[in-house]
Amino acid sequence: MTPFEYLRAGDPGEAVAAVAGRPGAAFLGGGTNLVDHMKLGVAGPDLLVDVSRLPLDRVEETAGGLRVGAAVRNSDLAAHPLVRERYPVLARALLSGASGQLRNVATTAGNLLQRTRCPYFQDVTTPCNKRVPGSGCSAIGGYTRYHAILGASEHCVATHPSDMAVAMAALDAVVVVLGPGGERRLPIGELYRLPGDAPQRDTVLEHGDLITAVELPHLPAARRSAYRKVRDRASFSFALVSVAAVLDLDGDAVRDVRLALGGVAHKPWRAARAEEALRGGPATEDAFRRAADAELAGARPLPGNEFKVAMTRGVVVAALRDLAEEGR
Amino acid sequence: MTVRRGAVGAPAPRVEGLAKVTGSAAYAYDRPVADPVYACPVQATIARGRVVAIDGGAAAGVEGVLAVVTHREAARLADTADAELAVLQSDAVAFRGQFVGVVLAETPEAARQAAGLVRVEYDEEPHDTELRADRAGLYTPEQVNGGFAPDTDEGDVDAAMEAAAVTVDRIYTTPMLFNNPMEPHTSVAVWGDGGDEGGGGPGEARLTLYDSTQGAHVVRSTLARVFGLPPERVRVISPYVGGGFGSKGMPHAHNVLAGLAAMAVPGRPVKLALTRQQMFSLAGHRTPTIQRVRLGAGADGRLTAVAHEVVEHTSALKEFAEQTAVGARMMYAAPNRRTAHRLAALDVPVPSWMRAPGEAPGFFGLEVAMDELAQACGLDPVELRARNEPEVDPESGRPWSGRHLVRCLREGAARFGWEERAAVPGTRRAGRELVGLGVAASTYPYYRFPGSRAVVGYDGSGRYTVRIGAADIGTGAWTVLTQIAADALECPLGAVRVEIGDSELPPATVAGGSSGTASWGSAIVAACHAFRGAYGTEPPPGAEAGADMPRDPDAERFAMHSFGAQFAEVRVDADTGEIRVPRMLGVFSAGRIVNPRTARSQFIGGMTMGLSMALHERGVLDHRTGHVVNHDFAEYHIATHADVVDVDAVWLEEEDAHAGPLGARGIGEIGIVGAPAAIANAVHNATGVRVRDLPITPDLLLR
Repeated sequence: MTPFEYLRAGDPGEAVAAVAGRPGAAFLGGGTNLVDHMKLGVAGPDLLVDVSRLPLDRVEETAGGLRVGAAVRNSDLAAHPLVRERYPVLARALLSGASGQLRNVATTAGNLLQRTRCPYFQDVTTPCNKRVPGSGCSAIGGYTRYHAILGASEHCVATHPSDMAVAMAALDAVVVVLGPGGERRLPIGELYRLPGDAPQRDTVLEHGDLITAVELPHLPAARRSAYRKVRDRASFSFALVSVAAVLDLDGDAVRDVRLALGGVAHKPWRAARAEEALRGGPATEDAFRRAADAELAGARPLPGNEFKVAMTRGVVVAALRDLAEEGR
Repeated sequence: MTVRRGAVGAPAPRVEGLAKVTGSAAYAYDRPVADPVYACPVQATIARGRVVAIDGGAAAGVEGVLAVVTHREAARLADTADAELAVLQSDAVAFRGQFVGVVLAETPEAARQAAGLVRVEYDEEPHDTELRADRAGLYTPEQVNGGFAPDTDEGDVDAAMEAAAVTVDRIYTTPMLFNNPMEPHTSVAVWGDGGDEGGGGPGEARLTLYDSTQGAHVVRSTLARVFGLPPERVRVISPYVGGGFGSKGMPHAHNVLAGLAAMAVPGRPVKLALTRQQMFSLAGHRTPTIQRVRLGAGADGRLTAVAHEVVEHTSALKEFAEQTAVGARMMYAAPNRRTAHRLAALDVPVPSWMRAPGEAPGFFGLEVAMDELAQACGLDPVELRARNEPEVDPESGRPWSGRHLVRCLREGAARFGWEERAAVPGTRRAGRELVGLGVAASTYPYYRFPGSRAVVGYDGSGRYTVRIGAADIGTGAWTVLTQIAADALECPLGAVRVEIGDSELPPATVAGGSSGTASWGSAIVAACHAFRGAYGTEPPPGAEAGADMPRDPDAERFAMHSFGAQFAEVRVDADTGEIRVPRMLGVFSAGRIVNPRTARSQFIGGMTMGLSMALHERGVLDHRTGHVVNHDFAEYHIATHADVVDVDAVWLEEEDAHAGPLGARGIGEIGIVGAPAAIANAVHNATGVRVRDLPITPDLLLR
């Protein structure tokens, strides 16, 4: 860990100005990811601007939806009655992430902006294009159990670790960003980047951009939604694969469906092909399987994580089947 | 001679419990010391080669840094015969993560920052870290851990296999495993020249170490030799230890590093705590094993041949040969038996003891093979084991001091609802889950190591002090030794104060091999009897008497082992392959149970570690770099609370008449033995999938 300065921002504008004006500065939310990285030598900010105590800790009702402040703690968001009622997929995703202690500290924006995970990224003694661009990817040819099968590149095969973000991707959440040039709204589908040849950038945010809120749209169908996470142990482990699903049935047909996958890509993976295959069709296990296969046709597993293809198919089918049965 | 019943057998609460839960029990690193210096190691980033240059300039420039010590600056050690402990004595690198330097600073933060700034250049040589059964260079060690012969061969296994009506011939593997006690390995070292806590007169260099260890005396004797000091000028203090599981059973390199580092700042205590990541290369580990198990039997399941042949690794730096196949020598009756151990000496960290070395991995292979044999014979696995009970120890021919495996199996089957097990695998469902039951046998030897001495003193006001340099690593030794002394002195529990965890106390053997209670306890019984013999029931103030652990002639005449039966229920999600273990039950026969409360913790703790071994734990060695990639708790999975649902342990009420004055055979390790096999066998019963490679993960059960 290298020495750093600490500033507790008084308001969002001050926080943005403080970080934007200093290349080595970083925002500090709950610190559950950044502080780990500082201890490991993966991150070395020279200024931490603490935004965890800004007045961004409220969940507010909007026209049929919710506006979630960036500093709302994961455990508070999961327990919020309106979240549980309108977006069970989000509550479940939050509660399947990390541990109780971490969820008590981690913030909404911090959860969205946790870095992609890879043991080689976290180990400064090994090459990593994300940590040191151009140094090479150690995961390729190495330990890949938790790595990507969709949308990866020859430069990086890391996965995004958030559960919450997968649910938000399925819900078409909108991220409110305050930057040096003012406020803008960004669909969550446009927040994250695939690694391409610049894996050091996980999102499209620029230095100094601060997420102030996440807006969850009016989506009545989300009352029937689910999050299923497959992991190597029952708690406190990252997803091997996960799925967030919203299923809207018209009799036995699929009126609408939202599907997002976790643990398979550099970002929460909205399964648009699978959705398209399902819309208007029958809500049968066979159809769910074909839809999953349509999405997974583009999968490029690595030696060591080939199982993720079948596992993703299994969990997508299970989640949709359970939702369909619930609706009958 | 036995001791009166009274305190022994009662569920006495931990005598140090209040101190621990209130935080007042000072673990090694917590020990308040004046003017401490903090040490942070610099570790090799190559797996084999030489250090050709070290630039500590940037590190030395960090505010608060006091010294950067490398092999160039470090003092020469007096004894480097133990290569693991020859720390900073040369430029050679034998494994990735080895110490190549240490930074000393006024704060831990400065030490850590500076350690990251030390630039080391290497002349890298090709390394070799990959264990395979078909690799070149496998060799037979002179002996395996415990002093056992590496190979045994009785009868003609090959002919018996040829002639057998039913055979099993399979390869089973277990991965590289890490002890990971909750408290990391810590040492606080201070060099002085006489005075307060250590011995020796003014001007005589002496070393005091506050350490997290399973044996203060072995740390003292080892460090005295390494640093060239008479043992009385080394003092090791370790009253509270947050777990060890064998990894603190002998000194490791960090103890020597702390001592060397403290030489740079004489008079000031140097605090060194390994990080979790560092523990994966510096605190020992369990070797991966490749086990070929062959079983031959008649159609009735009676074994005619048992062969257990193991390939495993050691470090090229120092040999440690896990005794993986030794348990197969005594477990079942069969006229033809063979065991073998072959090692590959690799460029890996030094392996060492991990809970039930030998039996823990060995009984995965053996007991899954027995399940396969039961299936092949169409026999219930409990019945198969009952049919293969040996009358006497097949290995030594000696009678058993008490072998009650079949009672454990029958008792467990009745309690667990074994009759609900589906005879045909993969046929029992609960909703979307496949349900299965499994069983496996456990065993662990009765060890009692010579070398312990206890001294009893009386203060004149009704209080007895019992002094012995034993260790409580979370097991309950503080408490059970107090119980044993109270009964031997025939006085109330509250009248006895035990002192342990200090090398100034009379010598005691290490807390290992499940031997502590029997070894230290019998020394205490002897000392108490000597005390009463000398002073009667009304001793004068200051009265004192001691005794060495008495010899144990029965140990030469009987085969003495504990046994157990482990049962597991598993549920496998048919969609995702996820595995959960809603129930485990262990039934143990371990001689007398001194304290049911702490004993239960040992048994279910061992079983939980076995569950973790079955489903979660796997050190992933990247052969390109030679390091364990998943070297933290996010990636190296250990069972969480949510994985451990209903783990229960019971035991037969018994006393082993041949197991010393206590009749207790030791309980620290048997809980892990057999637990992984019981779970693997349950997974097979649930799914029909036979997993022979640990850990059993969801991907292996996907359809």
